[in-house]
Amino acid sequence: MKLNTRQVDGVTIVDCSGRITLGEGSVMMRDTVRDLLSKGNKKIVLNLGDVNYIDSSGIGELVSAFTTTKNQGGELKLLHLTKKVHDLLQITKLYTVFDVKDDEAAAVKAFK
Amino acid sequence: MEQSVSYTLDSTLDTVDNAEEKASRIATELGFAEDEVMQISMAVREGAVNAVLHGNAYAPDKKVILAFERTPENLVITIRDQGKGIDLGNIPNPLAPENLLKTSGRGIFLMRSFMDVVEIRPSQTGTEVKLIKHVRGSSAGGKEGSQREHET
Repeated sequence: MKLNTRQVDGVTIVDCSGRITLGEGSVMMRDTVRDLLSKGNKKIVLNLGDVNYIDSSGIGELVSAFTTTKNQGGELKLLHLTKKVHDLLQITKLYTVFDVKDDEAAAVKAFK
Repeated sequence: MEQSVSYTLDSTLDTVDNAEEKASRIATELGFAEDEVMQISMAVREGAVNAVLHGNAYAPDKKVILAFERTPENLVITIRDQGKGIDLGNIPNPLAPENLLKTSGRGIFLMRSFMDVVEIRPSQTGTEVKLIKHVRGSSAGGKEGSQREHET
């Protein structure tokens, strides 16, 4: 898994690619979000457009990122879900829990 | 045609990836559609995660047995660990509102979502999970003959 962070109008966009699964992928995601929050970056977009696989641990990591950010007064949105990830969030009833966007500019604009 | 293959695997994270790859390869070879291959490999991955983490708890002396059997109607996958067994009456529903934001507990749910039949048989000497996917249409047919492999 690869993660790359960039700033757009005060929002941190994390471009994720590869697999978010038990082990390295989940740990990288957790560390990256915690690092961003500890540095005061509380407007976060996870761009999952290049994530081709996610397992239950990866889903758990997305939930953890969402709740950790929220608990610290921040906001986390998901961007560009692949069909696989979209379907998984649907069947786990998490699709409506997350704020999911299809357009990066709209995602950035949507932060309060 | 019937065929079976089984593997004895260590209780490591590599086993989880390994099990997923084997499931994907075998399901593909048996002619399952691409989305079914993904479902089967993901269900096996979740079963392997449970066996390695929750069953054997990474214990080096405990093994995970992964077996694939092709019958005329089904692909039957068995994952067995050597742990203490799980309490089937104590598995929370991950779709319940109070559990939606939990960071774990979706593995068995995903297995049940992706496979036609999921049987879980816990015992004091381990848990056996049987995952069954029905063969649909006539395209599913094995490329390999009967074989039995063992890996450590």
